[in-house]
Amino acid sequence: MSIKIFIPGDAGAVAVGADTVASAIAAATSASGLAVEIIRTGSRGLYWLEPMIEVATPAGRIAYGPVTAAEVDGLVSSGLLNGGAHPLRLGDPDEIPWLRRQTRLTFARCGVIDPRSIHDYRQHGGTAGLTRALSLGSKKIIEEVIESGLRGRGGAGFPTGIKLRGAAEAEASQKYIVCNADEGDSGTFADRMIMEGDPFLVIEGMAIAGIAAGATKGYLYIRSEYPHAIAMMDEALASARRDGLLGAKIAGSAHDFDIEIRVGAGAYVCGEETSLLESIEGKRGLVRAKPPLPVHEGLFGQPTVINNVLSLAALPFILAEGAKAYAGIGMGRSRGTMPIQLAGNVKYGGLFETGFGLSLGELVDDIGGGTASERPVRAVQVGGPLGAYFPPSLFDTLFDYEAFAARDGLIGHGGVVVFDDTVNMARQARFAMEFCAIESCGKCTPCRIGSTRGVELVDRIINGEEHEANRVVLEDLCNTMKFGSLCALGGFTPYPVMSALNHFPEDFGAAPRADTKG
Amino acid sequence: MASYKMWNAEEAAQIIAEYSHLDGALLPMLHALQETFGFLPEAVTPMIGEALNQTRAEIHGVISFYSDFRREPPTKHNLKLCRAEACQAAGGDALAAQAESRLGIAMGEETADRLVALEPVYCLGLCACAPSAMIDGRVVGRLDTDTMDSLLAEAQE
Repeated sequence: MSIKIFIPGDAGAVAVGADTVASAIAAATSASGLAVEIIRTGSRGLYWLEPMIEVATPAGRIAYGPVTAAEVDGLVSSGLLNGGAHPLRLGDPDEIPWLRRQTRLTFARCGVIDPRSIHDYRQHGGTAGLTRALSLGSKKIIEEVIESGLRGRGGAGFPTGIKLRGAAEAEASQKYIVCNADEGDSGTFADRMIMEGDPFLVIEGMAIAGIAAGATKGYLYIRSEYPHAIAMMDEALASARRDGLLGAKIAGSAHDFDIEIRVGAGAYVCGEETSLLESIEGKRGLVRAKPPLPVHEGLFGQPTVINNVLSLAALPFILAEGAKAYAGIGMGRSRGTMPIQLAGNVKYGGLFETGFGLSLGELVDDIGGGTASERPVRAVQVGGPLGAYFPPSLFDTLFDYEAFAARDGLIGHGGVVVFDDTVNMARQARFAMEFCAIESCGKCTPCRIGSTRGVELVDRIINGEEHEANRVVLEDLCNTMKFGSLCALGGFTPYPVMSALNHFPEDFGAAPRADTKG
Repeated sequence: MASYKMWNAEEAAQIIAEYSHLDGALLPMLHALQETFGFLPEAVTPMIGEALNQTRAEIHGVISFYSDFRREPPTKHNLKLCRAEACQAAGGDALAAQAESRLGIAMGEETADRLVALEPVYCLGLCACAPSAMIDGRVVGRLDTDTMDSLLAEAQE
């Protein structure tokens, strides 16, 4: 019998050499006449250990990492196939503290199973949520989702169950489920990971939403920067159709549901829900004014539930294990788990799924291990390019929608980007405005013009031209953008700008504020 | 590097017909055309307009909105360097400067011999292996001065 070796095919692992490691292992084992079966999995999300490979032994899986192709021969001769000793040996992956500390509900299978195998998916509890959803019916599914407290994981935090109810109550001959996989925020990669590592979970989540809302058609909008995820989802959709999980009368029920992939084309703003709908319709990704809300008048004018990948991917667990199992985790009005992504200049970067309520300091210093450069942490941007910069003096902020809002920030899609003390925060504020100018859809004036004026203002401040006067104008401009923009792009760009200005005034040529030192 | 077919209207018409039945057909159609020919020449605009019953201005408006769509044939190599925050935090600015200086062009430009285009990209989702890049569709992470140098050498082949 051949020995199974698990090697991530995840884009993040591939970017650091997983493909060459896989070829080296295939070559080394076949040269020694050893029978192995290489299974390309998703990533467990411990990226500093990637490429992290695992071998199935009678005593369970044993991990090694980070492996380079040059070390493969040595690994094989030290008995890799039996889980033998080697400096890169990490032991049982589930016992690695970084992984053991997590509460993996959504990511339970990611990096473990063969993402191409629907059989493997079922063996590891997959489709249990759909089976229960089919027995419950629309009304009870929605009650369950509302009771779970699940809120939109794309960043807006709107209760997912309420959205489903809105669409379910709408009268229409055609309704849609749209899965937003246009994960453009820097510092985020959870959607990519789950699509590459557990694609059937996304399909199951969309199908459950379809049954709840009475929608028979789903669109999965994936950004073009994610070719690995697109390929994996494409393959998974084909398997799901062959298996009867998608198509007419799914899983032997009375419900029809199918999914079509749409690929983005390099526009960040298409992650905004109404812009995304325009893009699927084949138009420029211009943001729509709301109301009408998409649940009443969404894709092609029909009632549409549009949710982030992680929101939909949370549904199978909630349906399989019950609302209480999900709602029992978390804090305040933030229930369940959040797949947090630690990125940038961080020692232990990766995906950390945990219940809401950890402090930012625990995440950055303890779990993230501080900076990779080993210099002091100076700032942390939470929630992508539209999220605020936090200084270490605010590291007691708890990871929770409301706690971040109370400190003029947002958790967004859960990205945490760490910067060391070489960062210039005025440059970061300038970049926030510049990014908004590049990506603005152009529909509303505060965003389209404000962002360009913002770049100019920050430049003047950096150059020391009428410092105080320009600072006042910049604040005023930020207010106009915040309250006058149509969507979060123009509306939230002031978060990184104002937080940089307020917490790091010394970088803008002003005297440091006493409370943000150190 | 990818290989593309020479532009020919007949094949373009077939692709357009293949996608016309889709709801919201334009983006998948444009992607398919660009994957086949490498770019979207002006000649394709009226063809699509006719198939979808839209004006040339509408089709052009969509093509110009999305940064993925090209109006000119692609360069031999394409180097996308992530310029978003996570990669900035991990030393991306210095790598961008290194690439610009060695290629003698600014970010967003292509070399005069059309060998390589240097494009900024705002996130490849490889933020825990920053800084990252994509060369001719292949992802590369944990870049440093040396690996950047070999990427640039590859781009100049």
